Amino acid sequence: MADLTTEFLGITSPNPFWLASAPPTDKEYNVRRAFEAGWGGVVWKTLGADGPPVVNVNGPRYGAIHGADRRLLGLNNIELITDRPLQTNLEEIARVKSDYPDRAVVVSLMVPCEEGAWKDILPRVAETGADGIELNFGCPHGMSERGMGSAVGQVPDYIEMVTRWCKTHYDRPVIVKLTPNITDIRYPARAARNGGADAVSLINTISSITSVNLDTFSPEPSIDGKGSHGGYCGPAVKPIAMNMVAEIARDPETLGLPISGIGGITTWRDAAEFMSLGCGTVQVCTAAMTYGFKIIDELTTGLNRWMDDKEFKETSDFVGRAVGNVTDWQYLNLNYIAKARIDQEKCIQCGRCYAVCEDTSHQAISISQDRKFEVIDEECVACNLCVEVCPVERCITMAPLPIGAIDRRTGTKVSDRYLNWTMHENNPLTKVAE
Amino acid sequence: MKPGSIASGISRARLSLEELHQNFADLHSPFNQHEAVVAADRCYFCYDAPCIAACPTTIDIPLFIRQIQTGQPENAAQTIFDQNILGGMCARVCPTETLCEEACVRHMAEERPVEIGRLQRYATDRVMQSGVHPYIRATHTNKHIAVVGAGPAGLACAHRLALKGHDVHIMEQKPKAGGLNEYGIAAYKTVDDFAATEVDWLMQIGGIQLTTDCMMGRDVFLDDLLKDYDAVFLSIGLGGVNALPIQGESKDGSVNAVDFIARLRQIDDLTKLPIGRNVVVIGGGMTAVDAAVQAKLLGAEHVTIAYRRAREAMSASRYEQDLATSRGVRLMFNVQPVAVYGNDRVAAVEFEYMQTDDHQLRGTGETFQIEVDQVFKAIGQNLFDVPVNVAVTDGKIDVTDTGRTNVPNLWAGGDCARGGDDLTVTAVAAGRDAAEDIHAVLMVSGCS
Repeated sequence: MADLTTEFLGITSPNPFWLASAPPTDKEYNVRRAFEAGWGGVVWKTLGADGPPVVNVNGPRYGAIHGADRRLLGLNNIELITDRPLQTNLEEIARVKSDYPDRAVVVSLMVPCEEGAWKDILPRVAETGADGIELNFGCPHGMSERGMGSAVGQVPDYIEMVTRWCKTHYDRPVIVKLTPNITDIRYPARAARNGGADAVSLINTISSITSVNLDTFSPEPSIDGKGSHGGYCGPAVKPIAMNMVAEIARDPETLGLPISGIGGITTWRDAAEFMSLGCGTVQVCTAAMTYGFKIIDELTTGLNRWMDDKEFKETSDFVGRAVGNVTDWQYLNLNYIAKARIDQEKCIQCGRCYAVCEDTSHQAISISQDRKFEVIDEECVACNLCVEVCPVERCITMAPLPIGAIDRRTGTKVSDRYLNWTMHENNPLTKVAE
Repeated sequence: MKPGSIASGISRARLSLEELHQNFADLHSPFNQHEAVVAADRCYFCYDAPCIAACPTTIDIPLFIRQIQTGQPENAAQTIFDQNILGGMCARVCPTETLCEEACVRHMAEERPVEIGRLQRYATDRVMQSGVHPYIRATHTNKHIAVVGAGPAGLACAHRLALKGHDVHIMEQKPKAGGLNEYGIAAYKTVDDFAATEVDWLMQIGGIQLTTDCMMGRDVFLDDLLKDYDAVFLSIGLGGVNALPIQGESKDGSVNAVDFIARLRQIDDLTKLPIGRNVVVIGGGMTAVDAAVQAKLLGAEHVTIAYRRAREAMSASRYEQDLATSRGVRLMFNVQPVAVYGNDRVAAVEFEYMQTDDHQLRGTGETFQIEVDQVFKAIGQNLFDVPVNVAVTDGKIDVTDTGRTNVPNLWAGGDCARGGDDLTVTAVAAGRDAAEDIHAVLMVSGCS
């Protein structure tokens, strides 16, 4: 049985699954339930500066998009940071940490961009015994209008500055949480590292409007007929998050910077993927907000079995394993040639592969009188669309052609030579180089 | 055991009114919106979908399901009605298990097809219950067409003709329109007087005159109709019942299953409908199943369907067979009645075990008897009283794909004509297609 115990920045937790800073971690009551359920750690919902707490809307805070059977695919929210008094939160954090010393308790913070504000709050957080802090430079709605959250995360200089203040006035690990609402995630990550951050966590939510009410013409969630963009999360954002994680993991300037992965992690498989891209821990929110805390049982048992199957003893055995395989398009091997293959035994004859290939791709699938669907190798460019639209898993697969085989589309032999775009004869830059 | 069930002979009120209401409630409860959306989500929107090809009226099923899924059952209903104006009834009575749902790829994938029939009912009910008739007649053409018989074929033909601006006169022998929808289908498949409601809704198109209690060969004559109208559509169904060629078959207590079903459908108070304690139904089609199941639901103690061939040859689907057994009906295969015994009334039926060799049915010589109080004969119907100049083959009127007969200006469709499967849905297709052909013919000749 693999050991899921995770050490991240010197913080140990019984498993790598933390609850992200969000409504599930807003109160002692919820966090105790999470720990009882088996979660490895929490990032306590973002605390603000002392004084009158922020005020939330009193109408709907969430909007969503759904897949078949109303499976929640993406969730957005317009909730702000905690709207409970700072002292209440601090007392609860101290109590919970003292009762669950083996779990990770990290406190998310967001105060104005002034050193004094950080200097005031950091010692009070330190007193709670929490394991570290996470700087919320990501929240894209509400707080950003007040110069906090993503307003800081979108300016690398501010990130570096605030991170440095925190490292000066706080002696435990500082994690910088990044916003995805920027053009190149590497810049804020580099800024965090330059400011002395111990780790980055990402992604925070994505600015979004999930739907428009076609009767009132108000965006949803609608507050008295108006809507404001919210922060988008859930399974739909996972691909965006993983790309950003990978960009940071393979950036020479941030190489080795620990990452806590966030963004649509719903199953053990999602977690393993994020971790293989370099995340030492993963943070979950939407999945818990969709199904409740009990999913932790599937996450831990699932990761455990997979690790056993792969003979990984501890999470560090596979964290970062996929990073080396993330590359730029220009380095992909253009001599790698695959063809779609349809398993006739598995085929249920829905014809979706045919419809999409015929209408939107390369006319590389044929249909017979008795609805047998077959790949036309002469036309197939191995685009994978048929694989992705087929309702039966592994019914259509992409089979690489062996070296020396003839690609019937081009009439050429499959070469054993690695050939990427930088070496290709059609690339004008290649010619210049010659 | 309810005391009513063991009352001897043929007796009424074997069950209480409340029990009868429960027994004859909707076989499949209608989908609510949530159920409909969950069911619709399962449709894969197949290319050139097999379900469409399997539907005798070629309804664009993936399209109407997608329209339900996207929150517009009204559009879904329009998609259905465009192909099948009796889509509401077909949603209830079609043997979907041998048509669209059998063809559904999810049937192949999981042996659990998309519930197309119930989704169709969801969509059509929404529109019909709103009272809206979603069609407007075309400009008046001044063409007059007679439709003989107000069953599914006649109604579908009349509606399509009226839609195109023609004037239609339907003549129906029975007191009510609807044909077998009204008189010939198990009550639990079409509750709440749906058949009549559907006729009223369909007639809202306008331009259709309905005369009931009007019989061809008695009140009107085909030759006159052909003279008086621009075209005539015959949809007279199968008015005769095949006789059981055995000794004693006409004793009291031996009745045609279709008559029993018709009576049941028209009775207001089911406690007034008598039923035998021991009932035997002879036959292997839907009528046999409908009669047997309803006999059981009325409180008969023992109901047996006796069919002379093997299960596989039974024209009632496996689903219908299972429905019957789930209601306590016993199915017997490879047994053929040879005599009905009793003094004046039926008391027992003697059967011979049969075997089929090379498609030849032959008796084994071994016999047995079943005690009965009532025998329902369901061995098929036949064409009744067709004017001699109309060509008939194997007991059905000869027609082309679009319903043309050998007589000029005479079309036919539904159970009386060749080509269908004696289903509501095939009758609708025949009526619709004949109407299109009549329209094409009349409008061409109108221009010349």
